[in-house]
Amino acid sequence: MGAPVMEQKRKERIDRGIKVRSETLYALSSWEEIGYLITPRVLFIAAFLLMPILLSPWPYWSRVGLSMCILALLAISFDFLANYVGLVCLGGAFFYGVGGYTSALLNTQLGLPPMLAIPIATLIGAFLCTAMLAPCLPLRGIYFAIVTLMYPLLMTRLIEAMDILGGTEGFRGIEGFSSPWTEQYGLIFGLFFFLFGLRRLVNEDQGLVIRAVKDNDQSVRASGISVTWTKTKAVFLASLPGCFAGAYYIHMYSNVGISAFALDLSIMPIAATVIGGGGTLIGPVIGAALLVPLSEALRDFGSLRIVVYALVLTGFVVFRSEGIMNVVSRKYQQFERWVKV
Amino acid sequence: MHLDILVYGFIQSCALLLMAFGFSLVYGVSRLPNFAHGALYVLTGFVAWALFKQAGLPYPLAAGLSILISGLLGVAIYYVVLRRVRGMEVSEVIATYAIGLAVLEGLRYAGFRGGSYSLPALSDGVVFIFDVPVDHQRVWLVALGLFMVVAIWLFTRYTRVGRSLKGMAQDERAAMMLGIDSDRTAALAVGLGSMMAGIAALIIFPLGSLVVEEGYKVLIYAIAVCVVGGLGSWPGTVVASFVLGYSQYITVSYGKPHYQMVVMLLAIIVTLVIRPSGFFGKQKQLEERV
Repeated sequence: MGAPVMEQKRKERIDRGIKVRSETLYALSSWEEIGYLITPRVLFIAAFLLMPILLSPWPYWSRVGLSMCILALLAISFDFLANYVGLVCLGGAFFYGVGGYTSALLNTQLGLPPMLAIPIATLIGAFLCTAMLAPCLPLRGIYFAIVTLMYPLLMTRLIEAMDILGGTEGFRGIEGFSSPWTEQYGLIFGLFFFLFGLRRLVNEDQGLVIRAVKDNDQSVRASGISVTWTKTKAVFLASLPGCFAGAYYIHMYSNVGISAFALDLSIMPIAATVIGGGGTLIGPVIGAALLVPLSEALRDFGSLRIVVYALVLTGFVVFRSEGIMNVVSRKYQQFERWVKV
Repeated sequence: MHLDILVYGFIQSCALLLMAFGFSLVYGVSRLPNFAHGALYVLTGFVAWALFKQAGLPYPLAAGLSILISGLLGVAIYYVVLRRVRGMEVSEVIATYAIGLAVLEGLRYAGFRGGSYSLPALSDGVVFIFDVPVDHQRVWLVALGLFMVVAIWLFTRYTRVGRSLKGMAQDERAAMMLGIDSDRTAALAVGLGSMMAGIAALIIFPLGSLVVEEGYKVLIYAIAVCVVGGLGSWPGTVVASFVLGYSQYITVSYGKPHYQMVVMLLAIIVTLVIRPSGFFGKQKQLEERV
């Protein structure tokens, strides 16, 4: 009797006024709204554009910055496939490796300069990846995840066993870039191209169809659109940034080997996406920006790096599956308050 | 030569069966893909090694303890991690895989590398089967593999706990209505599966040496057997072990050892592309593909 009745409250989230105003043409009504819209975007772009200049006194750290862009590209590819198409690809290294080997062949066998080899390798690599993954595309959920996990492993084993593509040695002496500035800005603009291109695409008509495949593929099929063909196109789009990253990286370090299909390259993009916030495309980039410096700090500890990643990844998957980007954008756009139930 | 293939293929198949049975059990009962399976396998080996060689316990005690530890770890993984992401298959895969990765790479970081660690065989000696020399450990392996199949079959048929596991695998909702606790059964399944990984480790590791890489291999072998046999189907697991075991042994005796893994990877990919349910899985067309 007389036990105090617990006052129950729940959290209510309401869009900020400025967010609502800036959604429509009224965004142009004042600098405040315009600033609200463009500040985060400008900050993001400026940070990347200034990175090579700010880091130029420390060549080591500008390399780290480039690794971050590479990882960001792979993570974008994973995020697009997982959260917009609904295909969880555990073998991001496959895209990377195919792109890398293609570019290495173009450069060493045909003598194409990097600036030509990379875009061509990106396209050819994406075609190859799509063609090889095409038979698995009808698979869903865990079945697709398992089969893609096996692809890079199979490539490694095949190259080893059949001694093709340079065998365990790989290719050396691949041509590098003419200057560090082309190297850095080429990669950064490549990242911008894929990031903003995909962000735009997912809101276009084609993108709507792609997203519908994730949400309800039966309804897509009922609308007379081929689910598998849509997935094929989506996988092609996702393999583009992956192959580009691989092709670019091997020109940065002038060699390619079976480590291009290594497991880390499949796991790290997933970690970056989960930490940064899936389904945003920007989130994975932010995740990569956090993970790569962390990984560099742990470089001396060898395989402890992977332990740290794996634990951080598990922690985020289990306890904070939302990711940083989703939390931050919610705070930016909405305010929260406790209301009585 | 051909008798050789017959005998050693059989042994290889039993080894695969031992590696895969735990994985299959967990997936069969609770639809949880335990990608930490390979890591638990290796970990049990090293725990047994540490208890036996470092702490100086008698080997049977060390073996028993390490198997128990593996089982408890499985239960812990279920309660801490898997329970929270249950139903989201992809999160389950990523989370368990990351745990496995952390365990394996942690072991590597702790300095367990190279071929300098080994577990003792149950007994030394050689017997001749069809004039093919086979050492005792491999005979034990076959015996244990066959024993495990029979034991699990009896367990799920004639004991209360075993039947609740089976009930859960057949129809989760109906089982819950009959008062079977979903969480507890799933934790039990993960624990049992992990213990089986441990048992497999203790019987297979004495044939070679303890290496961390074995963990990835075992995981892939287990997945291959389960996928080919049909995820979650126990008869499928047994049949697939023998199909893959023999095809592996035949490939290796006529080709390079490198192809051992290629056989498994190709088996996974081909099975999933042609018939995702495997040999014995029930067709669940809509869950698998569109």
